[in-house]
Amino acid sequence: MTTIKVKVLLFAHFADIAGSNQLELELDEPAHVADCARALAAKYPGLEDILKIGRAAVNDQFADESHMLHDTDEVAFLPPVSGG
Amino acid sequence: MPWIQITREPIDPTLVSDHVDREGCGALVTFSGTVRGKSHGKAVLYLEYEAYLALAEAELGRVVQEAETNFGVRAAVQHRIGRVFPGESSILVAAASPHRASAFDACRWIMDTIKTSVPIWKREHHSEGVDWIEGDTAVPAIILRPIS
Repeated sequence: MTTIKVKVLLFAHFADIAGSNQLELELDEPAHVADCARALAAKYPGLEDILKIGRAAVNDQFADESHMLHDTDEVAFLPPVSGG
Repeated sequence: MPWIQITREPIDPTLVSDHVDREGCGALVTFSGTVRGKSHGKAVLYLEYEAYLALAEAELGRVVQEAETNFGVRAAVQHRIGRVFPGESSILVAAASPHRASAFDACRWIMDTIKTSVPIWKREHHSEGVDWIEGDTAVPAIILRPIS
């Protein structure tokens, strides 16, 4: 089975839980945003509901959980926002 | 493209207004969002704003452009990130239109939309601790990591 490496960006309290706002994950192909979220939750308890609570982006564009991932993609998980 | 900026410097209302093309306009409405000194009964020391910069800039541009199209206005926005103290401005929206109603409406819509769609978050340092504000929820900050 081939694997891909993705860079994960985390924000606000998601990053607090992981202890970092950037990390790398190796995923089995085929991998979608939902698989990346599952892998993240397996590594960091407390991140199980990130797709339910917030939304995701891939390579600086909003993406849904069925978005297919490729090697070197940048996947971001975003809690509900509070700018302004 | 409308002018938008995410900056670590203090908000500059004149700079924002100067980036709005006001030819043919009889109204310029500006809205300044400022940091409250109190939040849910607690004294606020300061806020720290974190942005997903690339997407926040793109989304801010999209919101302002949509407002220009839908309200027939010209608009610009500056959003501050990093540490912002009570009384200081964290955001400035400027909208110009031939008559005032659409500029008022556009300003309000831009603010409401930014608050739900642009990936920027605030960490509130108050008298009883530190919380991430996420939508309508306050989540205690478990570590005080430096924010980008």
